[in-house]
Amino acid sequence: MKLKKRIPLIDQHDQHGFWGGKFGGSFIPETLKKPVEDLTNEFKKLRKDKKFLKKRDFYFKNYIGTPTSFVKLDNLTNHLGGAQIWAKVVSEANGGAHKIYNATVHALICKAMGKKYIVGDTGAGYAGKMLSMAAKKFGLKCKIFMGAKDIKRQKPNCDAMKKNGAEIVPVYSGSQTLVDAVSECMRYWVSNCDNTHMCVGSTVGPNIFVKICGWSTAQISRELKVQLKSEFKKIPNKIKLINCVGGGSSAYGFWSEFIDYDRKQIELIGVEAGGPKKSKLHAAPLSQNAKIGILHGAASYLCQNSEGQINDTESISAGLDYPGVSPIHCFLKDTKRARYTYATDEDALNAHVMVTKYENLNPSLEPSHAFAEAIKIAPKLSKDTIIIVNSCGDAKKDRDILRERLGKR
Amino acid sequence: MASLLSQAFKNAKNENRPALLTYTVAGDNTKKKSLEILKSISNYADICELGFPHNTPIADGGQIQTSAYRAIKNGIKINDVFSIANDFKKSNKTKPIILMGYYNMIFQYNENKFLDKCKKVKVDGLIVVDLPYPENKKFATKCKKRGINFIQLVSPTTSSIRLKKIIKDSHDMVYYISMLSTTGGKLKVSPKKILERYSKIKNHNKSKNVVIGFGITEKTIKSLKKADGLVVGSAICKEISNSIKKRQNPVTNVTNIVKRLKNKIK
Repeated sequence: MKLKKRIPLIDQHDQHGFWGGKFGGSFIPETLKKPVEDLTNEFKKLRKDKKFLKKRDFYFKNYIGTPTSFVKLDNLTNHLGGAQIWAKVVSEANGGAHKIYNATVHALICKAMGKKYIVGDTGAGYAGKMLSMAAKKFGLKCKIFMGAKDIKRQKPNCDAMKKNGAEIVPVYSGSQTLVDAVSECMRYWVSNCDNTHMCVGSTVGPNIFVKICGWSTAQISRELKVQLKSEFKKIPNKIKLINCVGGGSSAYGFWSEFIDYDRKQIELIGVEAGGPKKSKLHAAPLSQNAKIGILHGAASYLCQNSEGQINDTESISAGLDYPGVSPIHCFLKDTKRARYTYATDEDALNAHVMVTKYENLNPSLEPSHAFAEAIKIAPKLSKDTIIIVNSCGDAKKDRDILRERLGKR
Repeated sequence: MASLLSQAFKNAKNENRPALLTYTVAGDNTKKKSLEILKSISNYADICELGFPHNTPIADGGQIQTSAYRAIKNGIKINDVFSIANDFKKSNKTKPIILMGYYNMIFQYNENKFLDKCKKVKVDGLIVVDLPYPENKKFATKCKKRGINFIQLVSPTTSSIRLKKIIKDSHDMVYYISMLSTTGGKLKVSPKKILERYSKIKNHNKSKNVVIGFGITEKTIKSLKKADGLVVGSAICKEISNSIKKRQNPVTNVTNIVKRLKNKIK
């Protein structure tokens, strides 16, 4: 298994849609074959269409508000000693998280395909909120599938979705979290694929959805590359790019331009959700050495039992609370290009407290997992090492959880 | 020698009616009860589909999901599914049985091991919901080698070029999904339209047995009786749920429903 240079990772799959011969694919019911094929052809066409690219860039700039800033966290760096800690503040994007890139692109594709309805899944509620925003912006009718447990714990984002005119469909089956929301959304698409476009909220699902999402979030690393060059005159010699990984869309977007670099120069570190310290449950298939399995149309490392039933997961962060992971991260793991680890709920909370204490930054619980790793390794590293954390979400949505776990703040 | 599946279709044809196919979930609501149900309904059904339950069934509606979750909660394991199939086949050697489920269960068990086990307990056919054509070609060949029918699915979205290829590579039976829906949806397409599409499929190769499934209930079954076979699943699973709720014996209730279904297509 080997990575190719100068070819975007999203395109390094075989004719059946597998990365590294075994991750990804399209394990879908017959009914979805045609809509998936149509979408695949449309995306192939659009990504080469200059007019479409111009439109994308226009909305990225004027609607999403790119580029998001790249800042040094001086106080945190001084407090920890060791490596410099920087942040790419993707949470500045319209809506407060990276999910807006994928949502905007899907809305544009939906328009291009002449469909009037768009549906999507959501865990933390960001994917849903952004899709509802994009739907409103482009005049599409929108339905969001969300686990009942997540609706309770991410209320601010639900309020936003409703305000944008989207219908939230609560999902009561299974663990009532993201995994069930994705299943229910796919079921809805099976039944309505003739007039409805489906947006998968991360770099997961059948091959084409991994590609579209990765293509959309890649904007983050394109910006970062320019920002690094202007800040340091060149790409520095010792960089560590730390990103949380649930499905893996922000991590892929943060890394995509840097995958060709030697890992001694630019190390890619993915941080999964380790769950509560005292619980055996987690959402960390990559770092806890889960076996390969098939979920939601793709093969990936997967939290499952020996029979192939999908395991319950547990994480304080709804956005990372997913038993599978993107096939492209499985590929990056097996080729050893990226290193994956996990942070527990407690680690993430502590990191959130520390970052908000020292910096004018309010990372949500998802990127707080990445900050936990940065805080852990920074003191041991040299001063010329540049740690960059993708602060890919804002903690406004976590208001209730933070109040409950940390007391009134 | 003709497969038991072909034989079952032929028998129904001789009686001038479509074959009746039932779907129940192995282990719903217990291992013992599901075997009893299977044995009892096989008096009226021509072919029995037995689902091996998965907890993330992306193509199933509420009724079958409920049955699957119930069976898993009651501890059903894939080896139990095989033992149910084995017991059933021992008591009823000529009744064809089809196992149906999602690919991850087969993948975790190991493809070859799974198929060897199927052969050993004399499973007649397999339906794998999320292993579409052409990705399923290798798997279908492995089935054929062991004398197991791999059943291809086609749906209203299947293009005609694709349909042609699928039919060509299919074994004795083809499953036509009546409409864009998960299992158990309300029949939202007119029977006339469904039968029109059915005829198109049939015209590709008259020797293939084409069954129609999804949305078939006591109310709708009669209108589709021109087909080679008709599959009823969710309506049966729903009856099991209702029986449990009313503290009645699911075996009797389910048998009655299958009996009534059969009478409607005679």
